Amino acid sequence: MPVKGVQGDDILDQKHIVGTSVPRKEGRDKVTGRARYVDDMVLPGMIYGATVRSTISRGRIKAIRFDPGIEWSEFVVVTAKDIPGKNRVALILDDQPCLAEDTVNHPEEPILLLAHSNPHLLPKAVQGVSIEYEELPAVYTIEESERQAEIIWGTDNTFKTYLVEKGDVDAVWDKADYIVEGEYTTGAQEQLYIENNGVIAKFDPADGVTIWGSLQCPYYVHKALLSLFNLPEEKVRVVQTETGGAFGGKEEYPSMIAGHAALLAMKSGRPVKIVYDRAEDMVATTKRHPSRTRHRTAVSKDGRILGGEIDFTIDGGAYATLSSVVLSRGTIHAGGPYNWPTVRIRAKAVATNAPPQGAFRGFGAPQSLFAMERHIEKIAKVVGLSSIEIRRRNFLETGSSTTTEQTLRDPMNLGQLLDAALESAGYREKKIRFAAENKLGKRKRGMGIAAFLHGAGFTGSGERYLNSLVGVEGRADGSVCILVSSTEFGQGTNTVLCQIVAETLGLPYEHIAIAQPDTTVVPNSGPTVASRTVMIVGKLVQSAAVGLRQTLMDGGLSPEHTPEQFQAACREYVESHGPLRCYARYQEPPGVHWDDQKYRGEAYAAFAWAVYVAEVSVDLTTYQVSVKDFVALQEVGKVLHPVLAEGQITGGVAQGIGFALYEKVVWRNGRMLNGQMTNYIMPTSADLPPIRVFFQEMGNVHGAFGAKGIGELPMDGPAPAIANAIEEALGVPIDSIPVLPEDIFEALAHDEPLAAPISAPRTAL
Amino acid sequence: MGKPSAQRREIAFVVNGEPTTVTAFPMERLLDVLRRDLGLTGAKEGCGEGECGSCSVLMDGALVNSCLVPVAQAAGVNIVTIEGLAANSSLHVLQETFLAYGAAQCGICTPGMILAASHLLDKTPSPTLANIREALAGNLCRCTGYMQIFRAVAEAARRRAAP
Repeated sequence: MPVKGVQGDDILDQKHIVGTSVPRKEGRDKVTGRARYVDDMVLPGMIYGATVRSTISRGRIKAIRFDPGIEWSEFVVVTAKDIPGKNRVALILDDQPCLAEDTVNHPEEPILLLAHSNPHLLPKAVQGVSIEYEELPAVYTIEESERQAEIIWGTDNTFKTYLVEKGDVDAVWDKADYIVEGEYTTGAQEQLYIENNGVIAKFDPADGVTIWGSLQCPYYVHKALLSLFNLPEEKVRVVQTETGGAFGGKEEYPSMIAGHAALLAMKSGRPVKIVYDRAEDMVATTKRHPSRTRHRTAVSKDGRILGGEIDFTIDGGAYATLSSVVLSRGTIHAGGPYNWPTVRIRAKAVATNAPPQGAFRGFGAPQSLFAMERHIEKIAKVVGLSSIEIRRRNFLETGSSTTTEQTLRDPMNLGQLLDAALESAGYREKKIRFAAENKLGKRKRGMGIAAFLHGAGFTGSGERYLNSLVGVEGRADGSVCILVSSTEFGQGTNTVLCQIVAETLGLPYEHIAIAQPDTTVVPNSGPTVASRTVMIVGKLVQSAAVGLRQTLMDGGLSPEHTPEQFQAACREYVESHGPLRCYARYQEPPGVHWDDQKYRGEAYAAFAWAVYVAEVSVDLTTYQVSVKDFVALQEVGKVLHPVLAEGQITGGVAQGIGFALYEKVVWRNGRMLNGQMTNYIMPTSADLPPIRVFFQEMGNVHGAFGAKGIGELPMDGPAPAIANAIEEALGVPIDSIPVLPEDIFEALAHDEPLAAPISAPRTAL
Repeated sequence: MGKPSAQRREIAFVVNGEPTTVTAFPMERLLDVLRRDLGLTGAKEGCGEGECGSCSVLMDGALVNSCLVPVAQAAGVNIVTIEGLAANSSLHVLQETFLAYGAAQCGICTPGMILAASHLLDKTPSPTLANIREALAGNLCRCTGYMQIFRAVAEAARRRAAP
């Protein structure tokens, strides 16, 4: 079976660039400290901005007072009244103000902006602005929001609902041998990129607004500033600077902070830098949506899922932002990698008076897949079969129809992935050994599995709406430069897109460059999200490169050219005809049908598939859980860069381990209380197990050279695999994460006989 | 980060081999002086409270979080930042292995991580995996899951040991 481990020292293949671990394009700047992040930039005359934020959860602003002890004439002060255009952060529903006017709807909501040339004076000035409120009742949980005793958003506190219906689920209950119910919850999670959010803005009456910033989606910021300033497209320029981690956390929030800095720049006439400190970044910006999933599943006595109902609810915070899209992905992934002959999925995103939750790697899928992979264990216990066997009997396969009735056409074999992952983990031997050893001592060990999938690219009709455009430019020196708004923030965009072009054109990797994302230079290749860059943008870049070569061949370049001949043709073309740029625009593949109303059809062009196995040890003296070994096996199509691909998996698994075991956002009245790295704990080098990564390549026709999306997949599996392993070690179900030592203590204190069937076994009709 | 009290004064130290004098408030953070006054922006601020290690530099061979060091304490010491790790335009062996093994992703923790690793290799030329894990535990990386970093450090130790 073609399963291969990854080593750091892959020998470069002489014939191919794709599939080899070429050096990261911007790597040398990163290891020497020369890479320029936004906080490393200083513009002449630049001053510094700060944000005055709401101290309450919900209320009306009655008065704003300025401490007479502060020399306010030295400060630039901006309020909502200074906004020239629409006071909204334009995104989807445009419900979020850039600066609160009359009301606030969550703690830390921005109300007023200050700037000064001396950044040391800003904290005291922020404290010197006091805001008098008339407080209004607020809601803080999904349940309170659903009760609708207070309406805090729209008419029913609901941002978005989806209903997926496949077949007639109401007819299935009478046929069931077992009906298995469960409720599963996940907590908020902070992205915790090590570089905080930050931008520099410049405003010029003639040229408009320019932004340099740490961000994922230059054209999102561009769109937001157009409407905030009421400017034409050419008067807003957004440039991405080197970005020190993002993970979704710099998908939508940069539009807010860029708006703030630009307003201060307009009012002051000077460039303005706003870089958050860690506490502000943690308490005021987006996090992963907390979730609650309820399953009710009809199962036959031989362990087959006959059908079921899934209720998936996420807490979106105070404004709609991206919640509808996060909800969509969570909804479509809620059934996991299993065959549901009939299913009804009801999904909703509700409002609470907390800062808006947002994009974070996985984007709804880690939440609903946690529930699915816990629930499948529960089904196994009720039926009395091993969870391995239950999974095997219900796995999707080529030709299966998903919950949205998408027929899977690509080759896939989840059973084979499962076998290979169990083998690599030493699962069977350890399971027997741990069962024996756990009878003694204070250290209990367990093995847990998660099987899952992740769809690559925008959902359904999303890619058609994005209508992405990419360019490839042949330059006067004979080199080739890629023009995309797809950004690098560690995952390897620069490197892999350059590999694709080098391979396509038969040129050395060193001859390919990628332009810094700057909306005046690069076309809109869509946002850098949704595991879409390599698969969707990579394929477009490949076609643009083919177009470039065709143009040169039309001009006389021999089809059998050498790289030197290609470069010479490129130089000659530019000399005689001017710029040589070829573009490619997304075209929907034939046969793709998606119904946005019924939420039915081809949800994603391709899915990646995975089986992860966690080995945990629980210390019954401290109640600390540690992960001792972790196997991550996935099928992601062709692996274009083994080292980068492995890095995506290990990094995602580490974040998933944090999601399960360490990273707990402590809320009080909608505010995060532990907004420091001291008390919000992410995994350190001492906390993580060996993360052993394996890829299987089964072939895929959708992406460049057969690649599928990879970036988000590894976030989905670790939490359920770990919860399943803890259950095996301790015999108590772990249906809510994060699970900290105190939670383990609680679970054991309430230890009851495990997993009595929700309904007694019945005879099939 | 309140306004530093007292008067500015001259403070002399050696940075990356260069004798340097800065005029600064004594309680200003070494990190700010390096970045703002000396243009050495390789040290990054990740948390400002000594948790993340992105601002790590070497002071007389000791690994410190420069966000926690008042510049007054730097008087007379020898400071090495990422910009001074390699001689001339070549790469330090750790820089080479970080590049080759995918140990730098977004790169924001990388300068501090490399300095922490270099501190380890100076003290423990042939570290075990446990030594590496412990030595880097004060430097947070959100991208890699650390696995590639461990390999890069181990490989750098091997290369340094090779004749």
